[in-house]
Amino acid sequence: MSPLLQTIIITVVVLLVLMTIAANLIWVERRMLALWQDRLGPNRVGPLGLVQVVADMVKIFFKEDWIPKFADRPVFFIAPTIVIITVLMSFAVIPFAPGISVVNLNVGLLFFLAMSSLGVYSVVLGGWSSNNKYSLLGSLRAAAQMISYEVFMGLSLMGVVILAGSFNLNDIVEAQGRITWFFIPQILGFFVFFLAGIAETHRLPFDLPEAESELISGFHSEYSGMKFGMFFVGEYLGITLISSMIVTLFFGGWLGPSFLPPVVWFLLKMAVFILIFVLLRAALPRPRYDQLMSYGWKFLLPLSLLNLVVTGLVVLLLK
Amino acid sequence: MLTEFGKIFVFILLAAVFVVVAIFASKLIRPARPTKEKLLTYECGENPEGSPWIKFNIRFYVVALIFLIFDVEVVLLFPWALAYKDYGLSGFLVGAIFLLVLGLGMAYEWRKGDLEWARPVINPPVIKKQPYVKEVASQISADDNQTVLQDQEI
Repeated sequence: MSPLLQTIIITVVVLLVLMTIAANLIWVERRMLALWQDRLGPNRVGPLGLVQVVADMVKIFFKEDWIPKFADRPVFFIAPTIVIITVLMSFAVIPFAPGISVVNLNVGLLFFLAMSSLGVYSVVLGGWSSNNKYSLLGSLRAAAQMISYEVFMGLSLMGVVILAGSFNLNDIVEAQGRITWFFIPQILGFFVFFLAGIAETHRLPFDLPEAESELISGFHSEYSGMKFGMFFVGEYLGITLISSMIVTLFFGGWLGPSFLPPVVWFLLKMAVFILIFVLLRAALPRPRYDQLMSYGWKFLLPLSLLNLVVTGLVVLLLK
Repeated sequence: MLTEFGKIFVFILLAAVFVVVAIFASKLIRPARPTKEKLLTYECGENPEGSPWIKFNIRFYVVALIFLIFDVEVVLLFPWALAYKDYGLSGFLVGAIFLLVLGLGMAYEWRKGDLEWARPVINPPVIKKQPYVKEVASQISADDNQTVLQDQEI
Protein backbone atom coordinates (compact mmCIF):
# COMPACT_ATOMS: atom_id res chain seq x y z
CA MET A 1 0.00 0.00 0.00
CA SER A 2 1.38 3.38 -0.89
CA PRO A 3 2.15 5.61 2.09
CA LEU A 4 -0.17 8.32 0.77
CA LEU A 5 -3.16 5.98 0.65
CA GLN A 6 -2.29 4.64 4.10
CA THR A 7 -2.16 8.17 5.52
CA ILE A 8 -5.49 9.04 3.93
CA ILE A 9 -7.14 5.93 5.38
CA ILE A 10 -5.77 6.55 8.90
CA THR A 11 -6.78 10.21 8.69
CA VAL A 12 -10.33 9.44 7.60
CA VAL A 13 -10.74 6.81 10.32
CA VAL A 14 -9.40 9.18 12.99
CA LEU A 15 -11.65 11.99 11.76
CA LEU A 16 -14.76 9.80 11.76
CA VAL A 17 -14.04 8.32 15.19
CA LEU A 18 -13.38 11.76 16.65
CA MET A 19 -16.54 13.28 15.23
CA THR A 20 -18.56 10.34 16.55
CA ILE A 21 -17.01 10.68 20.00
CA ALA A 22 -17.55 14.44 20.05
CA ALA A 23 -21.16 14.17 18.92
CA ASN A 24 -21.95 11.47 21.46
CA LEU A 25 -20.33 13.52 24.18
CA ILE A 26 -23.29 15.87 23.89
CA TRP A 27 -25.54 13.00 24.97
CA VAL A 28 -23.07 11.88 27.65
CA GLU A 29 -22.84 15.36 29.09
CA ARG A 30 -26.59 15.92 29.18
CA ARG A 31 -27.26 12.54 30.78
CA MET A 32 -24.51 12.91 33.37
CA LEU A 33 -25.53 16.47 34.23
CA ALA A 34 -29.08 15.22 34.67
CA LEU A 35 -27.86 12.43 36.93
CA TRP A 36 -25.88 14.83 39.12
CA GLN A 37 -28.66 17.41 39.19
CA ASP A 38 -31.35 14.84 40.02
CA ARG A 39 -33.17 15.09 36.69
CA LEU A 40 -33.85 12.60 33.90
CA GLY A 41 -32.14 14.19 30.92
CA PRO A 42 -32.83 13.19 27.31
CA ASN A 43 -34.30 9.66 27.47
CA ARG A 44 -37.02 9.57 24.82
CA VAL A 45 -35.27 9.17 21.47
CA GLY A 46 -34.21 5.53 21.16
CA PRO A 47 -32.92 3.34 24.00
CA LEU A 48 -31.72 5.56 26.88
CA GLY A 49 -32.05 8.52 24.53
CA LEU A 50 -28.97 7.42 22.60
CA VAL A 51 -30.35 8.53 19.23
CA GLN A 52 -30.80 12.06 20.57
CA VAL A 53 -27.51 13.00 18.89
CA VAL A 54 -28.80 11.95 15.48
CA ALA A 55 -31.99 13.90 16.05
CA ASP A 56 -29.97 16.97 17.04
CA MET A 57 -27.76 16.66 13.97
CA VAL A 58 -30.79 16.36 11.66
CA LYS A 59 -32.31 19.41 13.32
CA ILE A 60 -29.12 21.44 12.93
CA PHE A 61 -28.85 20.41 9.27
CA PHE A 62 -32.37 21.66 8.53
CA LYS A 63 -32.06 24.90 10.49
CA GLU A 64 -32.11 28.12 8.59
CA ASP A 65 -28.54 29.38 8.61
CA TRP A 66 -28.48 33.02 7.76
CA ILE A 67 -25.45 35.21 7.58
CA PRO A 68 -26.53 38.57 8.98
CA LYS A 69 -26.47 41.36 6.41
CA PHE A 70 -24.24 43.58 8.49
CA ALA A 71 -21.65 40.86 9.11
CA ASP A 72 -18.29 40.44 7.44
CA ARG A 73 -19.25 37.44 5.29
CA PRO A 74 -15.94 35.64 4.60
CA VAL A 75 -14.70 36.11 8.14
CA PHE A 76 -18.05 35.04 9.51
CA PHE A 77 -17.77 31.84 7.48
CA ILE A 78 -14.12 31.12 8.28
CA ALA A 79 -14.39 31.45 12.08
CA PRO A 80 -16.30 28.20 12.82
CA THR A 81 -14.17 26.21 10.39
CA ILE A 82 -11.00 27.33 12.18
CA VAL A 83 -12.19 26.00 15.52
CA ILE A 84 -12.85 22.51 14.14
CA ILE A 85 -9.76 22.31 11.94
CA THR A 86 -7.27 23.45 14.59
CA VAL A 87 -8.63 21.05 17.19
CA LEU A 88 -8.65 18.17 14.73
CA MET A 89 -5.07 19.02 13.72
CA SER A 90 -3.91 18.61 17.29
CA PHE A 91 -5.21 15.05 17.28
CA ALA A 92 -2.79 14.24 14.46
CA VAL A 93 0.14 13.95 16.88
CA ILE A 94 -1.54 12.03 19.70
CA PRO A 95 -0.45 8.38 19.92
CA PHE A 96 -3.54 6.27 20.60
CA ALA A 97 -1.50 3.07 20.86
CA PRO A 98 2.07 2.06 19.95
CA GLY A 99 2.38 2.85 16.26
CA ILE A 100 -1.19 4.13 15.89
CA SER A 101 -1.09 7.86 15.33
CA VAL A 102 -1.56 9.92 12.23
CA VAL A 103 1.97 11.29 12.40
CA ASN A 104 4.98 10.50 14.58
CA LEU A 105 6.25 14.05 14.80
CA ASN A 106 9.48 14.86 16.64
CA VAL A 107 8.06 18.25 17.71
CA GLY A 108 4.61 16.86 18.56
CA LEU A 109 4.23 18.81 21.78
CA LEU A 110 5.11 22.11 20.10
CA PHE A 111 2.67 21.28 17.33
CA PHE A 112 -0.09 20.76 19.87
CA LEU A 113 0.70 24.09 21.56
CA ALA A 114 0.78 25.91 18.23
CA MET A 115 -2.56 24.50 17.15
CA SER A 116 -4.24 25.26 20.45
CA SER A 117 -2.99 28.86 20.15
CA LEU A 118 -4.51 29.15 16.68
CA GLY A 119 -7.88 28.31 18.21
CA VAL A 120 -8.01 31.87 19.57
CA TYR A 121 -8.56 33.17 16.05
CA SER A 122 -11.88 31.40 15.64
CA VAL A 123 -13.26 33.09 18.72
CA VAL A 124 -11.88 36.53 17.93
CA LEU A 125 -12.91 36.50 14.28
CA GLY A 126 -16.32 35.03 15.06
CA GLY A 127 -17.10 37.63 17.67
CA TRP A 128 -15.69 40.52 15.67
CA SER A 129 -17.43 39.70 12.40
CA SER A 130 -20.92 39.20 13.84
CA ASN A 131 -21.27 42.94 14.41
CA ASN A 132 -22.97 42.48 17.75
CA LYS A 133 -22.10 44.07 21.07
CA TYR A 134 -22.43 40.86 23.05
CA SER A 135 -20.30 38.97 20.56
CA LEU A 136 -17.60 41.62 20.60
CA LEU A 137 -17.45 41.60 24.41
CA GLY A 138 -17.48 37.81 24.50
CA SER A 139 -14.71 37.49 21.97
CA LEU A 140 -12.55 40.06 23.76
CA ARG A 141 -12.99 38.20 27.00
CA ALA A 142 -12.24 34.91 25.29
CA ALA A 143 -9.12 36.28 23.64
CA ALA A 144 -7.74 37.73 26.88
CA GLN A 145 -8.56 34.55 28.77
CA MET A 146 -7.09 32.19 26.20
CA ILE A 147 -3.84 34.06 25.63
CA SER A 148 -3.36 34.46 29.39
CA TYR A 149 -3.80 30.78 30.11
CA GLU A 150 -1.73 29.79 27.10
CA VAL A 151 1.46 31.23 28.62
CA PHE A 152 1.61 28.74 31.45
CA MET A 153 -0.06 25.96 29.52
CA GLY A 154 3.19 25.65 27.62
CA LEU A 155 5.28 26.38 30.70
CA SER A 156 3.60 23.65 32.77
CA LEU A 157 4.52 21.03 30.17
CA MET A 158 8.24 21.84 30.28
CA GLY A 159 8.62 19.73 33.43
CA VAL A 160 7.40 16.75 31.41
CA VAL A 161 9.86 17.62 28.64
CA ILE A 162 12.74 17.76 31.14
CA LEU A 163 11.85 14.32 32.51
CA ALA A 164 11.28 12.69 29.12
CA GLY A 165 13.97 14.62 27.22
CA SER A 166 11.82 14.78 24.09
CA PHE A 167 9.01 16.67 22.40
CA ASN A 168 7.81 13.50 20.69
CA LEU A 169 4.61 12.27 22.33
CA ASN A 170 5.49 8.62 21.61
CA ASP A 171 8.80 9.07 23.45
CA ILE A 172 7.03 10.80 26.33
CA VAL A 173 4.64 7.86 26.78
CA GLU A 174 7.49 5.37 26.60
CA ALA A 175 9.50 7.40 29.13
CA GLN A 176 6.53 7.10 31.48
CA GLY A 177 6.79 3.33 31.10
CA ARG A 178 10.45 3.53 32.20
CA ILE A 179 10.21 6.11 35.00
CA THR A 180 6.67 6.40 36.35
CA TRP A 181 3.49 8.09 35.26
CA PHE A 182 4.36 11.77 35.18
CA PHE A 183 1.48 12.96 37.33
CA ILE A 184 3.42 11.80 40.39
CA PRO A 185 6.61 13.87 39.88
CA GLN A 186 4.69 16.56 37.97
CA ILE A 187 1.62 16.96 40.14
CA LEU A 188 1.90 20.76 39.99
CA GLY A 189 2.38 20.69 36.25
CA PHE A 190 -0.67 18.45 35.90
CA PHE A 191 -2.74 20.78 38.05
CA VAL A 192 -1.74 23.87 36.05
CA PHE A 193 -2.19 22.13 32.69
CA PHE A 194 -5.63 20.83 33.63
CA LEU A 195 -6.88 24.27 34.70
CA ALA A 196 -5.31 25.92 31.65
CA GLY A 197 -6.99 23.29 29.50
CA ILE A 198 -10.39 24.11 30.97
CA ALA A 199 -9.78 27.80 30.30
CA GLU A 200 -8.56 27.14 26.74
CA THR A 201 -11.69 25.20 25.86
CA HIS A 202 -13.72 27.81 27.78
CA ARG A 203 -15.70 25.22 29.64
CA LEU A 204 -17.44 25.83 32.90
CA PRO A 205 -16.34 27.03 35.43
CA PHE A 206 -14.17 29.19 33.13
CA ASP A 207 -16.81 29.85 30.47
CA LEU A 208 -16.82 33.61 30.95
CA PRO A 209 -16.72 34.26 27.18
CA GLU A 210 -20.06 32.49 26.76
CA ALA A 211 -21.72 33.26 30.08
CA GLU A 212 -25.36 32.79 29.11
CA SER A 213 -26.81 34.99 31.78
CA GLU A 214 -24.80 38.10 30.90
CA LEU A 215 -23.54 37.74 27.32
CA ILE A 216 -26.15 35.48 25.67
CA SER A 217 -23.54 32.87 24.68
CA GLY A 218 -21.01 35.56 23.79
CA PHE A 219 -19.01 35.20 20.62
CA HIS A 220 -21.46 32.87 18.86
CA SER A 221 -24.77 34.55 19.63
CA GLU A 222 -25.26 35.50 15.97
CA TYR A 223 -24.44 32.03 14.66
CA SER A 224 -27.12 29.55 13.71
CA GLY A 225 -27.58 26.28 11.88
CA MET A 226 -24.52 24.30 10.87
CA LYS A 227 -22.07 27.06 11.73
CA PHE A 228 -23.35 27.06 15.29
CA GLY A 229 -23.07 23.27 15.16
CA MET A 230 -19.39 23.68 14.31
CA PHE A 231 -18.77 25.78 17.43
CA PHE A 232 -20.80 23.32 19.47
CA VAL A 233 -18.98 20.20 18.25
CA GLY A 234 -15.70 22.11 18.44
CA GLU A 235 -16.20 22.58 22.16
CA TYR A 236 -16.65 18.85 22.71
CA LEU A 237 -13.71 18.08 20.44
CA GLY A 238 -11.71 20.46 22.63
CA ILE A 239 -12.70 18.52 25.75
CA THR A 240 -11.67 15.28 24.07
CA LEU A 241 -8.38 16.84 23.01
CA ILE A 242 -7.48 18.18 26.45
CA SER A 243 -8.46 14.85 28.07
CA SER A 244 -6.31 12.87 25.67
CA MET A 245 -3.37 15.25 26.13
CA ILE A 246 -3.65 14.87 29.91
CA VAL A 247 -3.69 11.09 29.49
CA THR A 248 -0.74 11.14 27.09
CA LEU A 249 1.43 13.50 29.09
CA PHE A 250 0.63 12.68 32.70
CA PHE A 251 -1.22 9.35 32.91
CA GLY A 252 0.89 7.05 30.78
CA GLY A 253 -1.04 7.22 27.51
CA TRP A 254 -1.74 3.71 26.28
CA LEU A 255 0.22 2.04 29.12
CA GLY A 256 -1.65 -0.30 31.42
CA PRO A 257 -1.87 -3.94 32.55
CA SER A 258 -1.83 -6.25 29.54
CA PHE A 259 -5.27 -7.86 29.91
CA LEU A 260 -6.74 -5.05 27.84
CA PRO A 261 -5.32 -3.77 24.53
CA PRO A 262 -3.50 -0.41 24.67
CA VAL A 263 -6.16 1.51 22.72
CA VAL A 264 -8.77 0.49 25.28
CA TRP A 265 -6.59 1.74 28.12
CA PHE A 266 -6.17 5.04 26.33
CA LEU A 267 -9.90 5.44 25.73
CA LEU A 268 -10.78 4.43 29.30
CA LYS A 269 -8.43 6.99 30.82
CA MET A 270 -9.70 9.60 28.39
CA ALA A 271 -13.30 8.84 29.37
CA VAL A 272 -12.45 9.38 33.04
CA PHE A 273 -11.13 12.87 32.32
CA ILE A 274 -14.08 13.72 30.10
CA LEU A 275 -16.38 12.78 32.99
CA ILE A 276 -14.33 15.00 35.30
CA PHE A 277 -14.92 17.88 32.87
CA VAL A 278 -18.66 17.25 33.06
CA LEU A 279 -18.58 16.89 36.84
CA LEU A 280 -16.79 20.25 37.13
CA ARG A 281 -19.58 21.80 35.10
CA ALA A 282 -22.18 20.29 37.39
CA ALA A 283 -20.39 21.16 40.61
CA LEU A 284 -18.78 24.60 40.34
CA PRO A 285 -20.20 28.09 39.98
CA ARG A 286 -18.72 30.58 37.54
CA PRO A 287 -16.14 33.03 38.95
CA ARG A 288 -16.02 36.74 38.18
CA TYR A 289 -13.86 37.82 35.24
CA ASP A 290 -11.27 39.66 37.31
CA GLN A 291 -11.03 36.66 39.63
CA LEU A 292 -10.34 34.43 36.63
CA MET A 293 -7.59 36.69 35.29
CA SER A 294 -5.87 37.25 38.61
CA TYR A 295 -6.09 33.52 39.38
CA GLY A 296 -4.23 32.84 36.17
CA TRP A 297 -1.57 35.53 36.32
CA LYS A 298 -0.97 35.68 40.06
CA PHE A 299 -1.37 32.05 41.08
CA LEU A 300 -0.97 29.63 38.19
CA LEU A 301 1.89 31.44 36.43
CA PRO A 302 4.16 31.62 39.53
CA LEU A 303 3.16 28.03 40.30
CA SER A 304 4.29 26.80 36.89
CA LEU A 305 7.58 28.73 37.19
CA LEU A 306 8.11 27.17 40.62
CA ASN A 307 7.30 23.74 39.19
CA LEU A 308 9.95 24.20 36.50
CA VAL A 309 12.67 25.23 39.00
CA VAL A 310 11.83 22.40 41.41
CA THR A 311 11.77 19.82 38.61
CA GLY A 312 15.13 21.05 37.33
CA LEU A 313 16.64 20.94 40.81
CA VAL A 314 15.34 17.44 41.57
CA VAL A 315 16.50 16.05 38.23
CA LEU A 316 19.93 17.60 38.86
CA LEU A 317 20.21 16.15 42.37
CA LEU A 318 19.05 12.66 41.40
CA LYS A 319 21.54 12.38 38.55
CA MET B 1 7.93 9.57 -0.21
CA LEU B 2 5.69 11.29 2.28
CA THR B 3 7.37 13.12 5.17
CA GLU B 4 5.67 13.56 8.54
CA PHE B 5 4.75 17.14 7.71
CA GLY B 6 3.40 15.91 4.40
CA LYS B 7 1.03 13.67 6.34
CA ILE B 8 -0.03 16.68 8.37
CA PHE B 9 -0.75 18.55 5.15
CA VAL B 10 -2.96 15.65 4.00
CA PHE B 11 -4.70 15.80 7.38
CA ILE B 12 -5.34 19.56 7.05
CA LEU B 13 -6.80 19.10 3.57
CA LEU B 14 -9.09 16.27 4.63
CA ALA B 15 -10.24 18.10 7.75
CA ALA B 16 -10.99 21.23 5.72
CA VAL B 17 -12.91 19.21 3.12
CA PHE B 18 -14.86 17.54 5.93
CA VAL B 19 -15.88 20.86 7.48
CA VAL B 20 -16.69 22.62 4.22
CA VAL B 21 -18.76 19.65 2.98
CA ALA B 22 -20.72 19.66 6.24
CA ILE B 23 -21.53 23.35 5.88
CA PHE B 24 -22.45 23.18 2.19
CA ALA B 25 -24.50 20.01 2.57
CA SER B 26 -26.71 21.84 5.05
CA LYS B 27 -26.89 24.77 2.63
CA LEU B 28 -28.55 22.52 0.05
CA ILE B 29 -31.41 21.33 2.24
CA ARG B 30 -32.06 24.13 4.69
CA PRO B 31 -34.66 26.82 4.13
CA ALA B 32 -33.63 30.44 3.56
CA ARG B 33 -36.45 32.90 4.24
CA PRO B 34 -34.86 36.06 5.61
CA THR B 35 -37.14 38.81 6.84
CA LYS B 36 -36.27 42.29 7.95
CA GLU B 37 -36.71 41.43 11.62
CA LYS B 38 -34.59 38.29 11.38
CA LEU B 39 -31.71 40.25 9.91
CA LEU B 40 -31.54 42.68 12.82
CA THR B 41 -28.66 42.42 15.24
CA TYR B 42 -29.69 40.45 18.28
CA GLU B 43 -30.08 42.69 21.28
CA CYS B 44 -32.55 40.87 23.51
CA GLY B 45 -35.45 41.67 21.18
CA GLU B 46 -35.00 45.43 21.28
CA ASN B 47 -34.08 47.47 18.22
CA PRO B 48 -30.27 47.66 18.17
CA GLU B 49 -29.02 50.88 19.66
CA GLY B 50 -25.97 52.66 18.22
CA SER B 51 -22.89 51.11 16.68
CA PRO B 52 -21.77 47.61 17.69
CA TRP B 53 -18.17 48.87 17.75
CA ILE B 54 -18.34 49.85 21.37
CA LYS B 55 -15.45 51.16 23.41
CA PHE B 56 -13.91 48.39 25.45
CA ASN B 57 -11.74 48.25 28.50
CA ILE B 58 -8.09 49.21 27.93
CA ARG B 59 -7.14 46.30 30.21
CA PHE B 60 -7.63 43.85 27.34
CA TYR B 61 -4.87 45.68 25.51
CA VAL B 62 -2.53 45.55 28.51
CA VAL B 63 -3.17 41.80 28.86
CA ALA B 64 -2.25 41.32 25.22
CA LEU B 65 1.02 43.23 25.76
CA ILE B 66 1.94 41.22 28.85
CA PHE B 67 1.13 38.02 26.98
CA LEU B 68 3.42 39.04 24.14
CA ILE B 69 6.33 39.63 26.51
CA PHE B 70 5.81 36.45 28.49
CA ASP B 71 5.17 34.18 25.54
CA VAL B 72 8.37 35.22 23.81
CA GLU B 73 10.29 34.60 27.02
CA VAL B 74 8.62 31.24 27.57
CA VAL B 75 9.51 30.12 24.05
CA LEU B 76 13.18 30.45 25.04
CA LEU B 77 12.59 27.87 27.78
CA PHE B 78 11.36 25.17 25.40
CA PRO B 79 14.75 24.22 23.90
CA TRP B 80 16.32 24.66 27.34
CA ALA B 81 13.98 22.03 28.79
CA LEU B 82 14.68 19.67 25.89
CA ALA B 83 18.45 19.78 26.32
CA TYR B 84 18.41 20.08 30.11
CA LYS B 85 19.75 16.62 30.97
CA ASP B 86 22.86 17.11 28.84
CA TYR B 87 24.17 20.17 30.66
CA GLY B 88 24.02 19.40 34.38
CA LEU B 89 24.66 22.21 36.86
CA SER B 90 25.55 24.88 34.29
CA GLY B 91 22.27 24.20 32.50
CA PHE B 92 20.34 24.57 35.73
CA LEU B 93 22.10 27.84 36.61
CA VAL B 94 21.43 29.34 33.20
CA GLY B 95 17.77 28.39 33.44
CA ALA B 96 17.50 29.62 37.02
CA ILE B 97 18.98 33.02 36.12
CA PHE B 98 16.59 33.32 33.20
CA LEU B 99 13.63 32.38 35.38
CA LEU B 100 14.81 34.92 37.96
CA VAL B 101 14.75 37.68 35.35
CA LEU B 102 11.33 36.48 34.25
CA GLY B 103 10.15 36.50 37.86
CA LEU B 104 11.53 40.01 38.40
CA GLY B 105 9.66 41.22 35.33
CA MET B 106 6.50 39.65 36.66
CA ALA B 107 7.01 41.15 40.10
CA TYR B 108 7.40 44.57 38.48
CA GLU B 109 4.19 44.19 36.52
CA TRP B 110 2.40 42.95 39.62
CA ARG B 111 3.71 45.88 41.70
CA LYS B 112 2.69 48.36 38.99
CA GLY B 113 -0.82 46.94 39.06
CA ASP B 114 -0.89 45.75 35.46
CA LEU B 115 -2.15 42.34 36.52
CA GLU B 116 -5.13 43.88 38.30
CA TRP B 117 -8.40 44.09 36.49
CA ALA B 118 -10.05 47.52 36.46
CA ARG B 119 -12.21 48.03 39.48
CA PRO B 120 -14.48 50.87 40.45
CA VAL B 121 -12.72 53.12 42.95
CA ILE B 122 -14.98 53.49 45.93
CA ASN B 123 -14.92 56.89 47.62
CA PRO B 124 -17.49 56.73 50.40
CA PRO B 125 -18.88 60.18 51.11
CA VAL B 126 -17.57 61.62 54.36
CA ILE B 127 -20.40 62.45 56.75
CA LYS B 128 -19.63 65.38 58.98
CA LYS B 129 -20.97 65.17 62.46
CA GLN B 130 -23.55 67.83 63.06
CA PRO B 131 -24.81 68.34 66.57
CA TYR B 132 -28.43 68.98 65.70
CA VAL B 133 -28.88 65.73 63.82
CA LYS B 134 -29.00 63.72 67.02
CA GLU B 135 -31.61 65.95 68.63
CA VAL B 136 -33.85 65.87 65.59
CA ALA B 137 -33.47 62.12 65.34
CA SER B 138 -34.37 61.59 68.98
CA GLN B 139 -37.38 63.88 68.61
CA ILE B 140 -38.60 61.92 65.61
CA SER B 141 -38.20 58.62 67.34
CA ALA B 142 -39.98 60.00 70.39
CA ASP B 143 -42.84 61.14 68.18
CA ASP B 144 -42.95 57.71 66.59
CA ASN B 145 -43.15 56.04 69.98
CA GLN B 146 -46.00 58.29 71.00
CA THR B 147 -47.97 57.57 67.86
CA VAL B 148 -47.38 53.85 68.32
CA LEU B 149 -48.57 54.03 71.89
CA GLN B 150 -51.63 55.98 70.83
CA ASP B 151 -52.42 53.38 68.21
CA GLN B 152 -52.19 50.64 70.76
CA GLU B 153 -54.45 52.46 73.17
CA ILE B 154 -57.11 52.83 70.52
